[in-house]
Amino acid sequence: MVYLLVILLFCVGVYCILAKKNLIKIIIGIGIIEYALNLLFVLFGYRYQGRAPILASDQIITDMVDPLPQALVLTAIVIGLATMALMVAIAVRLYEKYGTFDITEIRKLKG
Amino acid sequence: MNIIPLFSAVPLASAFLISLLGKRVKGFGDWLANLSAVFLTALSLFSIALVNNGPGSLVYKVGGWPPPLGICLVLDGISSFMLVTVNLIACLVMIYSISYMGRYTDKDKFYSLILLMLAGMNGVIISGDMFNLYVFLEIAAISSYSLVAFGTEQEELEASFKYMVMGTIASAFILLGIALLYARTSTLNMADISRVLAEGQPNKVIPFVSVLFLMGFGLKAALVPFHAWLPDAHPSAPAPISAMLSGVLIKTLGVYALIRIFFNVLGIRAEILSILMILGVVSMLVGVFLAIGQWDFKRLLAYHSISQVGYIFLGLGLGTPLGIAGGLFHLFNHSMFKSLLFLNSGAVDYAIGTRDLKRMGGLRERMPVTGNTSLVASMSIAGIPPFNGFWSKLIIILACLQAGHPVYAFFAVLGSILTLASFLKVQRYAFFGQLKQHLRAVVEVPLAMRAAMIAIAVICLAGGLLLLPGLRKVFLDAAAAALTSGTGYAQLVLGAQ
Amino acid sequence: MKRPEMNQNNEMKAEGRNRLDDGSEGMTLIVKTITRLTVGLILLFGIYIVLHGHLTPGGGFAGGVIIALSFIHLMLAFGKTFALKKMSLAASSFFESSGAILFLSIALLGFIGGYFFLNFLNKGVNFELFSAGTIPFCNIAICLKVGAGLFAVFTVLVVFRMNSGGKK
Repeated sequence: MVYLLVILLFCVGVYCILAKKNLIKIIIGIGIIEYALNLLFVLFGYRYQGRAPILASDQIITDMVDPLPQALVLTAIVIGLATMALMVAIAVRLYEKYGTFDITEIRKLKG
Repeated sequence: MNIIPLFSAVPLASAFLISLLGKRVKGFGDWLANLSAVFLTALSLFSIALVNNGPGSLVYKVGGWPPPLGICLVLDGISSFMLVTVNLIACLVMIYSISYMGRYTDKDKFYSLILLMLAGMNGVIISGDMFNLYVFLEIAAISSYSLVAFGTEQEELEASFKYMVMGTIASAFILLGIALLYARTSTLNMADISRVLAEGQPNKVIPFVSVLFLMGFGLKAALVPFHAWLPDAHPSAPAPISAMLSGVLIKTLGVYALIRIFFNVLGIRAEILSILMILGVVSMLVGVFLAIGQWDFKRLLAYHSISQVGYIFLGLGLGTPLGIAGGLFHLFNHSMFKSLLFLNSGAVDYAIGTRDLKRMGGLRERMPVTGNTSLVASMSIAGIPPFNGFWSKLIIILACLQAGHPVYAFFAVLGSILTLASFLKVQRYAFFGQLKQHLRAVVEVPLAMRAAMIAIAVICLAGGLLLLPGLRKVFLDAAAAALTSGTGYAQLVLGAQ
Repeated sequence: MKRPEMNQNNEMKAEGRNRLDDGSEGMTLIVKTITRLTVGLILLFGIYIVLHGHLTPGGGFAGGVIIALSFIHLMLAFGKTFALKKMSLAASSFFESSGAILFLSIALLGFIGGYFFLNFLNKGVNFELFSAGTIPFCNIAICLKVGAGLFAVFTVLVVFRMNSGGKK
């Protein structure tokens, strides 16, 4: 059930990219897609009534959630951060050169 | 055996050392970047010797952890084949860019970014683990997004933004595919995934994951429904970057990753192969038809990249050993002659400042090296004997006929004829013909650029020699065998020490 | 202040702002006082998360982001000239590259034990602070890289906006 909500979030992000004309809204749509995917990946590691995968010296834990997706999502979040930073930097420069954020007006390359 | 991690560690170390010390020591960037590229080329040639003299594949356990638990790096026939292609082109492009990038500001940042891209591509090739593949793919892709925008003019920024949005969506689909595959098999090691999938029940998630990977990696490889970023991104980049992007990046991130996953991890299935073949044929035809009407030199070359990648997928999609060998040989040849063509267009741009074919004419008398090498490259891409393009296209056409698809063979020949037509147009307008008045004062390009172009032209001329039995067994047959063994990859990797 | 003009798409026209807005004065006095008290604590908290990366959740990435946030907090509250005196763009570029080189050299030193990235230092007693071999050093290297990188990205975006219309 919760997976369906995450897929719905992914679809909201795809809608943002397809239907919006402002550059910044497209970038936000890409951000939403990345968040939805990271969330989905972490949720795949859930085990029934599991506990957080942290060992401590005085506790014995038998059922943990899967820690591998959590480590991978940490990396994926940083990759998403780098991509968004680069996109925002290029959007700022595009605004300086073209004077607008509207993608229907930034169309010098055709054919 | 210990050299395998050096393929991605050495360019990473050079990139950060150049970023640290480039401003203090003059000329440090040039020296370190070119030395590391030459070192990596030598190492990749040595790796072919390693793979052929030892067992079929070499598995390196990072940190000493055994494969299902830890990350492993795998070097088999096709990895060493791709490593030679990538590192050879990177070395020659870096020699070229010693003089070409002098025209741009901040040459040190350029060297850092291109070394990062090289580290990412090498990492994709040697990785034996799905998430490691994704991380290195992102490193290479993000470096290429910023390299396309390197000149920061209007068109370059627009092309880079378009490329970046589409590339990020493709990476998102790939990550979704990896997440679903992890949920099905609960392991990330490629050999282990293929073992679990072979032993378990067929599940409905596997065709969905195949389609996601086809969409994601197909966009990186510029297959036809997903090719719209390429004609904008490749012309706008500086010429050595166009050569790297068109020559090796779309093949490593797109073609190599796709065939590694489809042949070795998910298993060869007839539907996927026929989809690859159909998309390949469509790419071939769409590419040449759209290229004939172009007047911008680099945009024409970019459309031809789409078409030649269609040839590679046609060869690989046949599934027979001859077809796979033809596809891989065409991959190597295309890297060579397409990089040479882009470097030529860069030389023309450096000399006369424009890429428009209508404003050029008769450059062959003033720029003999550029003219002759571009003649070699144009004849290679059009498939004229005895250049290397002819041999690989012949193998693909023969494999099509042998596998019983005469219609595809006819389309391949048609594509080849149309490619010849558009390159005759390029040669006639740019190099032959009457030397225009305002071009009488152009001089030949500097030594570094000439040396790189002559080196690649020699490889284009001698490429047909790779089909001689001795060299073929070492180079192509090992690669084709690694692919046709399919899920035998799992036994090789898990069984090795 | 004038209402911003709208064009057909109901978006703001691309024109300069009306207030003096070059970012060198920072924010109000209340924000500056509170920042003086909390910035050191944020930095210390970030260092704690980095150093205990092998015992508690966090590690290099999260700690690096928190350390970068402390410097960004300084820049937001006091203005860009003051913050750039504390950590200039050249210094953050230096830290970023040296963090990456430190990480790579820890990985390459694993060749001593025979494998790339091998954990070759003494592993100590479990759950102590000085244990787990090379992992705390890797965390420190990642913290340097991520923190300096994030601060550099923020500074370049902000500084560029202040020079709007200028050549760069």
